[in-house]
Amino acid sequence: MKLSFLLILFSLSAQAITVGSKKFTESVILGEITTQLLNAKNISSTHQRELGGTQLLWNALIHNNIQAYPEYTGTLAKEVLKISPPYTFDQLESSLKKFGIGMTRPLGFQNTYALGMKRSKAQSLGIQKISDLKKHPDLKLGFGEEFKNRPDGWPGLKQYYRLPHLFQNALDHDIAYRALNNDDIHLMDVYTTDAEIAYYDIQVLKDDLTFFPEYQAILLYRLDLPSEASQVLHLLSGKINEQIMISLNKKVKIDSLNDKKVAHQFLKKSLNIQSQVKSLGLMQRLWHSTLSHLSLVCFSLILAIIVAIPLGILASKYHKVGSIILSTTGIIQTIPALALLVIMIEPLNWLGLSGIGKPPALVALFLYSLLPIVRNTHSGFRQIPQHLQETSYVLGLGIKTRLLKIELPLALPSILSGIKTSAVLNIGFATLGALVGAGGFGQPILTGIRLDDYSLILEGAIPAAMMAIVAQLSFEALEKLLVSKGLQSS
Amino acid sequence: MIEVKNITKNFNGAPVLKNLSFSIESGKVLGLLGLSGSGKTTALKIICGLHQPQSGEIFLNKEKVSLKNLTQLRKQIGYVIQDGGLFPHLTAKQNIELVANEAKMPIKEFNQRLEELLVLCKFSPSLIGKYPKNLSGGQRQRVGIMRALLLKPKILLLDEPMGALDPITRFSMQNELKDLFTKVGCSVLLVTHDLNEAGYLCDEIILLNAGVIEQQGTMNELLANPLSDFVSTFTRSQRPLQ
Repeated sequence: MKLSFLLILFSLSAQAITVGSKKFTESVILGEITTQLLNAKNISSTHQRELGGTQLLWNALIHNNIQAYPEYTGTLAKEVLKISPPYTFDQLESSLKKFGIGMTRPLGFQNTYALGMKRSKAQSLGIQKISDLKKHPDLKLGFGEEFKNRPDGWPGLKQYYRLPHLFQNALDHDIAYRALNNDDIHLMDVYTTDAEIAYYDIQVLKDDLTFFPEYQAILLYRLDLPSEASQVLHLLSGKINEQIMISLNKKVKIDSLNDKKVAHQFLKKSLNIQSQVKSLGLMQRLWHSTLSHLSLVCFSLILAIIVAIPLGILASKYHKVGSIILSTTGIIQTIPALALLVIMIEPLNWLGLSGIGKPPALVALFLYSLLPIVRNTHSGFRQIPQHLQETSYVLGLGIKTRLLKIELPLALPSILSGIKTSAVLNIGFATLGALVGAGGFGQPILTGIRLDDYSLILEGAIPAAMMAIVAQLSFEALEKLLVSKGLQSS
Repeated sequence: MIEVKNITKNFNGAPVLKNLSFSIESGKVLGLLGLSGSGKTTALKIICGLHQPQSGEIFLNKEKVSLKNLTQLRKQIGYVIQDGGLFPHLTAKQNIELVANEAKMPIKEFNQRLEELLVLCKFSPSLIGKYPKNLSGGQRQRVGIMRALLLKPKILLLDEPMGALDPITRFSMQNELKDLFTKVGCSVLLVTHDLNEAGYLCDEIILLNAGVIEQQGTMNELLANPLSDFVSTFTRSQRPLQ
């Protein structure tokens, strides 16, 4: 009851149109342009920026957690609709219709996947096209998570070109550029409109056997949007050519301009539309992210305490149930955060909650918090000496007295240290909430990594670290207060 | 009074007690002696319901102990183990109060009873607010005894109550216990492996060996007429002071 009530509270702000964007700069700029354009046309709109991957956004769109987001035709065909080329634009459109989704005409540029190498390295090895890679099986690869797994990414490419290279661990796209520049990796996936291509002097390898399909940028939107809103989205069709997109990307990524301002300038220059840009000062941003981070951590932790302590007690009393409880909470811990966040969209929507924003982050944090508390409650109870348990039986103490007056107080130090661990871990994990638009300290960190902006990374990382220290100290103080003096070492 | 009839107990198939029978009249002290692993603690735990025997019956004041009346009957049992068995997170007073609260004893009555017990067990009232870790071994033992006697039990079970005490404290505690047993007048079962202690405190002694009674009688009977080699070995193994 309490859980769904709290989650409903968080999802009540879904009246305006929510535009989503993926966690790379171009998508964020397009999302920002779309949002500002809608607002300028008096259609209230907010931007849920830097959300995880394609699947997350697509699921959020079809479940009405967001109403529009920028996508690419190639990704849409292969990754979402599972249509193999050749296909026409109309085919894509009619396939989308079945999901209740519409798409704008192309925005005017292609951003296709390509493979890039540092020019000096490529020249020294005589590599110009992807086929040339076959002769160099020792090159170190650094692909992003999406490219690594997508059928139109590395798996398909490797098979198509019969490339001998092995690749296992994915790398963040923005970090890959720096790694390439430092010669830590030799080959990476690039998007052809990336501003870094020029900045780092990267040679884009020719797709000589034409593996990569067309990646026309478009906007996807829900067909149940008011017609005035979808008409506004169509205004962007054909307005952004490749040169414009590269220059917008450069302004944000290389020249460190704020993406909101860049979007504002574009709208003014290309469409002669005056949009409003609200930008917050450092202290205001800090205040917002602190509140949002704290609410994520506190609510999820309180819920976890309410659920995990009884589970831990149950586990300590009944062996068979106990091993199921302990292994289940352990398995939850091993699910990667992004996977958990994507998996949860459907069940959350089924519960009538948004799959984007705070609800999925809260549920994920709640689930991750369970293990330390369950485990420590379990071991706290199991460690109560047998002679004390026997004494409490023989003294004729009832179940309630034994639990509340004997077992819980004796297990309390262990339980509290479990809660402390959960709280500190949670403060770290909560930064991942930014991947689903839950805000918090993860937001500046995510943007900072994307823009290679250390001050932004620190804007999230330092307060998160401080919050963890404060949590640690508060729990230690709480321990002194709550644990019986008889159990504390003097 | 306690009556134990034909108690048999196995742990994982291995017999620990075989057809054990004995009884203790009110006001009498019975010592249960034996080597480690002879089954004496198991017998005591069966009487207070911590273990269930495979067969046999136990009567407390003529009433047969069953799972149904166990909780009720426990209120007639006082139980003291080595080092008092105090809960470390509760003060001495809270340890005793726990039992009073469970029995819904009015506060006034509790305070009155506590005062009696402080005198009876020679425990300084100034120490009653201390946690077990801040009390000496002897003091902890006294608190354990006060807690056991709070509800005026008919039966007092003591499992190696002086096992953790130094020789001097142990000596004076033995004197006090003897005095106490006479004053409270309940049936007392004392588990110990110290023959001298048993001889001093108990009216009668049972010497257990591998779950079977080797001999039952007074200390003098055991010393004068040992019924088996084991009994004579056991009684002779206590080294007299030179």
